[in-house]
Amino acid sequence: MMPINYYIMLAMALFSIGIIGVLTRRNAIIIFMCIELMLNAVNLLLVAFSKLHYGRVAAFSPEATTGTEAQLFVFFIMVVAAAEVSVGLAIIVMMYRNIHSVDVNFLNRLKH
Amino acid sequence: MIALLLILIPVVGGIAAWILRGETMIKTWSLLVSLASLAVMSVGLLGGLTPAETSFETAWLGQLGASFSLHMDGISAVLCLLTVLAYPLIILSTWNNTYKNSAAFYALMLFAQAGIMGVFLAYDGLLFYFFWELALIPVYFLSSIWGGERRIAVTFKFFIYTFIGSLLMLAGLIYLYYQTPDQSFAWSSLKAVQPTGIKGALVFWFFFIAFAIKMPIFPFHTWQPDTYEQSPTAVTMVLSALMVKMGLFAVVRWLIPLFPAAAVAYDNIIVGLSVVGMIYASLLALKQDDLKRLIAYASIAHIGLMAAALFLNNQVAMQGAAIQFFSHGVNVLGLWIVVDFIEQKMGTRKMSELGGLASKAPVLSILLVVVSLANVALPLTNAFIGEFLMFNGLYQFNIWYAVVGGLSIILSAIYTLNMIQKLCFGTVSAATQSAVDLPRSAAFSMVVIVVAIFVFGIYPAPFFEMTKDAVAAMITFFTKQ
Amino acid sequence: MTKLVSLVPLFPLIGFLINGLGRNYLSKSVAAFVGSAMVLAAFIVSILVLNDVRLANAEATIVTLFDFIRTGDLYIPFAFQVDALSALFLLVITGVGFLIHLYSAAYMHEESSDHYARYFAYLNLFVFSMLLLVLGANYLIMFIGWEGVGLCSYLLIGYWFKNQDYGNAAKKAFVMNRIGDLGFLLALFWMLQQFGSLSFSEVFANAPNATTAAITGITLLLFVGATGKSAQIPLYNWLPDAMAGPTPVSALIHAATMVTAGIYMIARSNLLYVLAPTSMTVVAVVGLATAILAASIALRQNDIKKVLAYSTVSQLGYMFLGLGVGAFTGAVFHVMTHAFFKALLFLGAGSVIHAMHHEQDIRKMGGLAKKLPITHLTFLLGCIAIAGIPPFSGFFSKDEILMHAYAAHPIYYYIGMAGALITAFYMFRLYAMTFRGKFRGSDEQAHHLHESPWQMTLPLIVLAVLSVVAGFLGIPELFAHDAHKLQAFLAPIFATGSSYMEAHAVDHSTEWVLLGTSVVLILGIVAFAWNRFAKDPDLHNASGFGKILAEKWYVDELYAAIITKPMQLLAGFLNRVVEKSGIDGLVNGVGRSVQWSGRQLRLLQSGQVGSYVLWMVLGMLLLIVVSVFKIF
Repeated sequence: MMPINYYIMLAMALFSIGIIGVLTRRNAIIIFMCIELMLNAVNLLLVAFSKLHYGRVAAFSPEATTGTEAQLFVFFIMVVAAAEVSVGLAIIVMMYRNIHSVDVNFLNRLKH
Repeated sequence: MIALLLILIPVVGGIAAWILRGETMIKTWSLLVSLASLAVMSVGLLGGLTPAETSFETAWLGQLGASFSLHMDGISAVLCLLTVLAYPLIILSTWNNTYKNSAAFYALMLFAQAGIMGVFLAYDGLLFYFFWELALIPVYFLSSIWGGERRIAVTFKFFIYTFIGSLLMLAGLIYLYYQTPDQSFAWSSLKAVQPTGIKGALVFWFFFIAFAIKMPIFPFHTWQPDTYEQSPTAVTMVLSALMVKMGLFAVVRWLIPLFPAAAVAYDNIIVGLSVVGMIYASLLALKQDDLKRLIAYASIAHIGLMAAALFLNNQVAMQGAAIQFFSHGVNVLGLWIVVDFIEQKMGTRKMSELGGLASKAPVLSILLVVVSLANVALPLTNAFIGEFLMFNGLYQFNIWYAVVGGLSIILSAIYTLNMIQKLCFGTVSAATQSAVDLPRSAAFSMVVIVVAIFVFGIYPAPFFEMTKDAVAAMITFFTKQ
Repeated sequence: MTKLVSLVPLFPLIGFLINGLGRNYLSKSVAAFVGSAMVLAAFIVSILVLNDVRLANAEATIVTLFDFIRTGDLYIPFAFQVDALSALFLLVITGVGFLIHLYSAAYMHEESSDHYARYFAYLNLFVFSMLLLVLGANYLIMFIGWEGVGLCSYLLIGYWFKNQDYGNAAKKAFVMNRIGDLGFLLALFWMLQQFGSLSFSEVFANAPNATTAAITGITLLLFVGATGKSAQIPLYNWLPDAMAGPTPVSALIHAATMVTAGIYMIARSNLLYVLAPTSMTVVAVVGLATAILAASIALRQNDIKKVLAYSTVSQLGYMFLGLGVGAFTGAVFHVMTHAFFKALLFLGAGSVIHAMHHEQDIRKMGGLAKKLPITHLTFLLGCIAIAGIPPFSGFFSKDEILMHAYAAHPIYYYIGMAGALITAFYMFRLYAMTFRGKFRGSDEQAHHLHESPWQMTLPLIVLAVLSVVAGFLGIPELFAHDAHKLQAFLAPIFATGSSYMEAHAVDHSTEWVLLGTSVVLILGIVAFAWNRFAKDPDLHNASGFGKILAEKWYVDELYAAIITKPMQLLAGFLNRVVEKSGIDGLVNGVGRSVQWSGRQLRLLQSGQVGSYVLWMVLGMLLLIVVSVFKIF
């Protein structure tokens, strides 16, 4: 496989893009996409490291099972992401029904 | 047994009072309950207080190391006697006042009595803290529901201020608990800790601040005049005659035995603060027009002397203080009875609006003069003995404290005579035109107080007997380290 | 018999309780009878006690009633000490007291019966307190009586309580007394620290072993107490104001008894004072200064009672002068004679006021001699006695003091003599303007002028007789050998003290010369004053130096400016600034700062989702940094 650094840099880049998107974008759906981006960056990193650890051990014992926990965790993250997206999109639909916009800056109306 | 009864009777009585209907019924019931406590205490005293009667212990919060243990030594006996004597007098003298929802009022008064008794009797740290707060809560409700116009803000301040002090004390208490060899809150265990160094000093000051706020002594006194002024006078009587003694007694039973080294190390600061408070409060009293505020500041001055006397490491002075606990309670009660009557019947508490009561209400005037003279510690009144012994101790401690503190006796004469002159002498004013004399219930209470003033002023020996051992034990704490 | 001494204060106490509690039910005659009878009973027992003491000679008898204070090392019994000094004072207090009670029965008859009974109750309470004072076997019982008489003085000066000015005078008296009492208390504490006891026997036994500094301190503090009670500089100005009370009160309290408490106290403590010569000098100088100051003020007063009040202050100064130069017996002698003639003068003044229907200004009197014969004659005898004309009592007592003063420092004598001359002058000014010359009052008053009833004139006569003959108890060495009966009687009291004093004596020839000149000078002044003021009474308002005297050297104004006003300003400042803005401001400030920080924190809740997320991210970063670099 490729040196692990490449994977780390890619995941960091994706994660940073995701964070900046969450902090700066006003459209709620874009924010969700960025959150997905962050989660997927983490998934990428997990899989890459899983492969790395297996790769190191596989030279001696090909039937070893190191690194499988990370791949399992990726599935957990995907499930949580799916659940969170479904709930979040439901909230956005409700929001849109009320204020006819998906701009998060209008949410401060809840304060009054 | 007696110790337990003294707490149970008011609690049960209070619960029962809440259920009753009819104002006179409730008042009579409360009076009977308070007289029952008085009877129990008298029986105990007359028969001599045996250890079986005065101590009581039972398991309570075993996991926390707190037991329900009560103990009455000589000084708590004096204070319990004051409480059981004061309550019937308070209820009797405010008999003619109407309080809306009087069931709640009298029930809360009785709960307060239970709490105060508990503070005087508790021999376990957590139990002591429990009763310390328990005494505060009914008083808060009493003042905030039945008080004057500014009552909400004032009682809120009173509650928070006192509570902050208590929290500091709780922090110190918990720290001590963790240091005890057997992880218990019992008095003897806590006493064995004797913390030193920075932590020890800090814990000492935490406890001291809690008690200083309650007493109150300068400069922690600012809640007091407002609270006394805004509370209904029956509650002021409880506050002034009894609750301040909680603070003083806590010093005797908890502060000095637990931290004797710190008490000696910081005695100059504390005595100095108290003496400053005496003069300061007396000077402020000169300028008060409202009767309640005048008596409140006068009370601060008296308490200052008692607080100072406890730290002098002098057996005679401490004995004087123990006697003064009783005398001050009784005397100040007399003053408040008069103030209550004036407020109810003449509608004003301002001395500038009153006058000429001597012609309209002679009995009231005479009793007021007698009680006022007791307050300035005229010889042959009960307050003189205590003040003489305490000032003597103050003199032995440091001459200049005695000289400065002695100025307060001159100032007290000035503001007391001013009060008497503005109230009783001179011409009748608009407010006093329609004045009537004291009703029999209030007059009876006052007469009891006057008798106590002179009997104990001439023959204080019973009090010396009662407190002798406890005071001697206290002095050994000082000298032990 | 001496065991019965407890009855002496008990009788007036019973009288107080009866008249006090029963004032609404007793008729005037019953009230007066009870009050007077009790004091008379006390007087009779006092005579028996005196008899006992004369026979017992040197030993003092201590009668302990019960333990008053017993705690730790401190033991103070409630005990009475019966010896020559206390027996003598008992007699004077109860005797003069009885006469004044009798007098009051008629003088106060205008009052309603409950107030009348109240008056007698207070008077009896006063006698009780004064008796406690002189009977006490330790300084604490003396102090109890000391404060008790201060209380009764307050109650009696403010007796007519509807009048605000009288109330203020009463308050002033009590407060100034209290200032003195603070000094007394500090002396008590010092004594306790030094000697461990307050009993006379123990203190005096251990006194020679104490340091002079300690004794000087104690005695000076005791003297501060005495200046308050006995109206010396600087605490004397309550006494003239105290004339607001009824005249018999002024006679009893402010002439014969309460104000002599200070002299009693110093006479009792004579050993202490002898051991502290500095204190003796202070006592003498203050006494002398007061004597002159008060005499000068009396020269220009127009109220009959005020003249007598300042005269009292002045005579008390002489008594202190006597104590200060070691003439202890002389001072006590003067207390006794002064009690007689000053009470006489006050009661006489009361009789005049009564006849003039409450007029007290001597400028409106005159020519009363014929209308009030008994009053006039007795008053004249009193004036002669106070002026110091032999063979009246005042001459013997005053000269004993002045002779001792001469022996100590001749300058004391000269100043004292000057004071005596001023005394003669103002007394006869008073006499002449009141009783001689033409009547200057209104016709209305002239109509009502009549002699007083027997209850008032009988005491006048008795006191006049005493003023004349009492001097023969103290005939000095000069005239006859060993004829000073009083000195012999009081010798045991002053014996130990005298042993520490150097004996001064004036040799007889000097004494004759001084006595002779003084008598001649006094007679001259008397004649001059009598003549001048009978013909040309002092009717104009004073001007120049006279104004200063009439305005009492502006001392009251001085005290108001130096003490009262600053104190009120300080109290006001503390009330407004320190209490409200300072300490309470701090406490409220804590509350306000909590509210302020709450307001600031609330700004975080902006409702902007973006900022919430930002804070979350920053918080996470912080946690990561902290855990990775292990900061905590």
